[in-house]
Amino acid sequence: MTQNILVVAEQAEGTFRKVTFEALSAGLRLAGQMGGEVQAVVMGNDIEAAASELGRYGAEKIWLADDGALSDFTTEAYTDALAQVVTHSQPAVVLMGATTQGKDLAARLSARLNAALGSDVMGLHVDNGQVLATRPMYGGKILADVALVGSPVIVSLRPNTQVITEKQGTGALEKVTVTVSGTGVQVVDKQFESGKVELTEAASVVTGGWGMGGSDYSVVEALAETLGAAVGASRSAVDEGWRSAADQVGQTGKTVSPNLYVACGVSGAIQHLAGMSSSKVIVAINKDPEAPIIAKADYAIVGDLFEVVPALTEEIRKIKG
Amino acid sequence: MEILVLLKQVPSTEALIEVADDGVSIKTEGLRFVINPYDELAVEEALRIREAQGGTVTIVSVGPAKAAEAIRTGLAMGADKGILVNPGDLNCDGLAVAKILAAAIKPLSYDLIIAGHRAVDDDNFQTATAVAELLGIANVSMVIKQELLDGKIRCQCTVEGGTKTVDAPLPALIAAQRGLNKPRFTSMSGIMKAKKKPLETKSLADVGIDIDGLQPLVQVKALRLPEERSGGRIIEGDSVQAKVSELARLLREEAKVI
Ligand SMILES: Cc1cc2nc3c(=O)[nH]c(=O)nc-3n(C[C@H](O)[C@H](O)[C@H](O)COP(=O)(O)OP(=O)(O)OC[C@H]3O[C@@H](n4cnc5c(N)ncnc54)[C@H](O)[C@@H]3O)c2cc1C
Ligand SMILES: Nc1ncnc2c1ncn2[C@@H]1O[C@H](COP(=O)(O)O)[C@@H](O)[C@H]1O
Repeated sequence: MTQNILVVAEQAEGTFRKVTFEALSAGLRLAGQMGGEVQAVVMGNDIEAAASELGRYGAEKIWLADDGALSDFTTEAYTDALAQVVTHSQPAVVLMGATTQGKDLAARLSARLNAALGSDVMGLHVDNGQVLATRPMYGGKILADVALVGSPVIVSLRPNTQVITEKQGTGALEKVTVTVSGTGVQVVDKQFESGKVELTEAASVVTGGWGMGGSDYSVVEALAETLGAAVGASRSAVDEGWRSAADQVGQTGKTVSPNLYVACGVSGAIQHLAGMSSSKVIVAINKDPEAPIIAKADYAIVGDLFEVVPALTEEIRKIKG
Repeated sequence: MEILVLLKQVPSTEALIEVADDGVSIKTEGLRFVINPYDELAVEEALRIREAQGGTVTIVSVGPAKAAEAIRTGLAMGADKGILVNPGDLNCDGLAVAKILAAAIKPLSYDLIIAGHRAVDDDNFQTATAVAELLGIANVSMVIKQELLDGKIRCQCTVEGGTKTVDAPLPALIAAQRGLNKPRFTSMSGIMKAKKKPLETKSLADVGIDIDGLQPLVQVKALRLPEERSGGRIIEGDSVQAKVSELARLLREEAKVI
């Protein structure tokens, strides 16, 4: 058993997700406290070219599990491969992004290795050789400080919670041969909305609630485009069928921690607040000064969103030139 | 089709959660408990499959005696029977719960297991997938649509930036995401019928699992409330234009987010 941190890199259409660099950076800080080094593992098919980039964020070694059976992510196949890399490289901590696939992979791996799993972790440190994590519970209404016992321990990191630092590592590539048996899950189709900013990873989010009054989100979309933001929705808007369930922010939707969260026509129900209260700066635009969201917002404008939002978009466009 | 539903009882989502005096648990007094919202989707989906092609729907839950209420609600929706495994005083993490569920499920015959993709209390995103691993079956998470085909299940799932469709061989475990369906309400007659449906309570010994392997690997050291936000600053101005100019200036110069 080493004191190393193994970071599971995640790709989206050939480029690494930002959370992978966040995980490497968190790994570097952890390695500093544990006296080990950061390593990365890349799984997929024909992935060698992209992999060396991970060295720029401190990876000393990059394990490559390149196999035709890994060309699409399926939980079982990736668990097979990752479990073998873990057995081979003996890390003390396995770190990955708390993405859809990261959370599923972490869960399956925890059962395979009988290892502690901290899910959706926002803060991580080592004290007396013990890995301690801070993670949200009750959709973010509560924060839990937990000790992860045993070795290795597994951590999925919530996107947007870790500062990225660049530090050149050796980045030595090493291929590992893995046996992938899986349980026969096959990916038959993938549909992506091109150019769509992912809600959980976005630096800014603009959300439209029931105050939108219908499925026409053009004012919110225009502001989002100006900010490079993702568009979110409250559950009421999703229930109305105005937006897809994937856009829902809240305790039963997605939890987001962007730098800037702009809530337009959202009242700020407890379930909604749970999903976005960890945003760094919150702006509320609501015609009701008593709406609970106003009390949580760093800045609020009381007014009709159909007047305020387009004017704000124009103003930001001007500033950004 | 023999369908199992993994169901957890959780505090209702409108509840304000407070930390108990011990600092590692929450105050449960006065809390209203409900079926985990995602597990409600799981029950509904199981009922729809049974209605279309026959079979039975069995709810399996790990929890205290009180969790029987949530199972009864599932029975009132239309499920056929329930199994509650009560771990007594044992303090379980997500993996321990998965081990108990897997032990309870092993002797049962099943074609499909439906779970929620997370329980909105612990938010572990772990138990359902871990159960599939322990049973050695396929799992598909974040399912918003499913279709049973010959010997397999085709699922549409949400992923970052879109959806994907996967085929999994049966038996499989699928985990529900919002959008899968709209759960039915319980009717008065459903509630009456549910009282007579079988609900078995078991101990850890009954499911043949040894407490030694269940010691929590994730140990809660402290629970706390997130820092209170000091919000409520309303931007004043004579016109919409004046307000948005001031807001944009603050976002740039003070908050430094644009
Ligand atoms: C089990 C359960 C889980 C839930 N999970 C979630 C969740 O994950 N996420 C979530 O969001 N909700 C969730 N909810 C629902 C939640 O309780 C609220 O009902 C919902 O968040 C309200 O959405 P809203 O703020 O868009 O609508 P409303 O509460 O109807 O608020 C609309 C707001 O828009 C303002 N408004 C209207 N017109 C305008 C205008 N022209 N300009 C400016 N302002 C305007 C109004 O003043 C009002 O404040 C859940 C509920 C339950 C029971
Ligand atoms: N105590 C439990 N009893 C039965 N099912 C559970 C239990 N805990 C979690 N599950 C199932 O696993 C899913 C994911 O839960 P979690 O990993 O806790 O977020 C839930 O939606 C349930 O379907």
